[in-house]
Amino acid sequence: MSPGTGSDRAALDPQFAEQISGIVRAEHGRVVATLIRRLGDIDLAEDAVAEALVTALERWPADGIPPNPGAWLTTTAGNKAIDRIRREGKRDLKHKEALDMIDDSLPEPTGPVADDRLRLIFICCHPALAPENRIALTLRLLGGLTVAEIARAFLVPETTMAQRITRSKQKIKAANIPYQVPREADLVERLAGVLAVLYLIFNEGYLASAGEGLREDLSAEAIRLTRQVGSLIRSPEIDGLLALMLLTEARRDARIADGVLVTLDRQDRSRWDADLVDEGHALVRRCLAAGRPGPYQLQAAINAVHTDALDASLTDWRQIVQLYDQLLVIQPSPIAELNRAVAVAELDGPDVALALVERLDLPDYHPALVARAELLRRLDRRTEARAAYDAALALSANEAERAHLVRRRESLGS
Amino acid sequence: MTQYLLSVIHDWNDLGDVSDEEVQEMFAATGRFNDEIQASGHWVFAGGLEHPSTATVVNGVKGANIVTDGPYLEAKEHLGGFWVIEAADLDEALEIGRRGSMACGGAVEVRPFQGEDGPAGA
Repeated sequence: MSPGTGSDRAALDPQFAEQISGIVRAEHGRVVATLIRRLGDIDLAEDAVAEALVTALERWPADGIPPNPGAWLTTTAGNKAIDRIRREGKRDLKHKEALDMIDDSLPEPTGPVADDRLRLIFICCHPALAPENRIALTLRLLGGLTVAEIARAFLVPETTMAQRITRSKQKIKAANIPYQVPREADLVERLAGVLAVLYLIFNEGYLASAGEGLREDLSAEAIRLTRQVGSLIRSPEIDGLLALMLLTEARRDARIADGVLVTLDRQDRSRWDADLVDEGHALVRRCLAAGRPGPYQLQAAINAVHTDALDASLTDWRQIVQLYDQLLVIQPSPIAELNRAVAVAELDGPDVALALVERLDLPDYHPALVARAELLRRLDRRTEARAAYDAALALSANEAERAHLVRRRESLGS
Repeated sequence: MTQYLLSVIHDWNDLGDVSDEEVQEMFAATGRFNDEIQASGHWVFAGGLEHPSTATVVNGVKGANIVTDGPYLEAKEHLGGFWVIEAADLDEALEIGRRGSMACGGAVEVRPFQGEDGPAGA
């Protein structure tokens, strides 16, 4: 086969294009992370990787995908960086040092590559950066999403997102945020920050309205990054977060029917993704066996109890309430209290639960209004229930959820 | 190594509520902290400032000479003092800043000085 025919065929083959973009997505973090260490400069590393990707897209369709695409991209990007430094005649000390380093180290030896990705995620999620900037940087550098993709996913103009990312990189450089894994004493706290970013990315994808493909990608990306972090650091909380994501993701398809949100108790459980549920359950068992329960592990365990029930009526509510009790000891929050109250309604009745909900100070949190509406409905206090649905509707922007709430309100009758 | 300005942000109105003993303890703790960072080699320079009402603004832009009484910004909180330190990276600077904040009883803003290559960020 001549390269020409290969190229033509590949250009027509969307599966091949998909394969390449999958590889690029999977390798981006690793390649950029290595380049940043060797060049000491995020922008230079990113530009070099972008150039290497262009070359890959030109060559791979004809030459085939190299056996180790990550190494190929790293080597090519390294060469691009050298070219660029020479071409632009940058001769300041830092770049000269970088040049020396690259010249000495090419072709890339099999070094501590995994550590580079860890360094990268800790720099992206550094507490000195604003939370929204941590998310953007993580998706850009580690996830390999384009600025345009991230901007679309977070519903902000591309220029805004570009500025956010540029400013963050400038701060990393000017303030000398270190490219290193935090020392032992800070690791637990800093890891919690990383996991918070990953969970925010996941929720952004999960809680978005239906039919927005890119936002669903965010959940998949969060799961992929969490798996990656879990392969680099052993911590029951990472397993817990991954389990929480998988058990939530497993219900995605059952969660919306004809554009209307379907609540957990009414979902068609045969539509849950059994593989994700199994993996989530196995992770929950494994992390709880470590005997160091944290907030993500407990939330995952709660989800495991839910997904263990073949029918909503078989849910072990007593265990769920107990898990919320544990969670509230470790991490008190009115939102966890609200969720506990919803479980209490199943054990002790809606009147007991309503008293708990009304004690909470969550005026603008619409799930609290929804919970209140549902409890009032079960107590047959229809006028108050209707008002609570209206208040919840005023605060919810999610179309599928709004459709669900309108239905619930209508079904109250008059 | 990077040099950082550690600015102590004080609410000067709140300082009126602090007892003499507490003020003495803050001075003593700050003195101990100063000794520590001198011994560890992080110290470059430091100073405490008089009340913001003692400030005067002079503007000489484009040949003007305008003198105004009071601090440049009307704010509830003002710079109370500062350290200039040298640290390996931001993590080390933040740790020193945290200890300084604990000693002097005010929040500390940690800001890098421009390097020799000029500004890295806008």
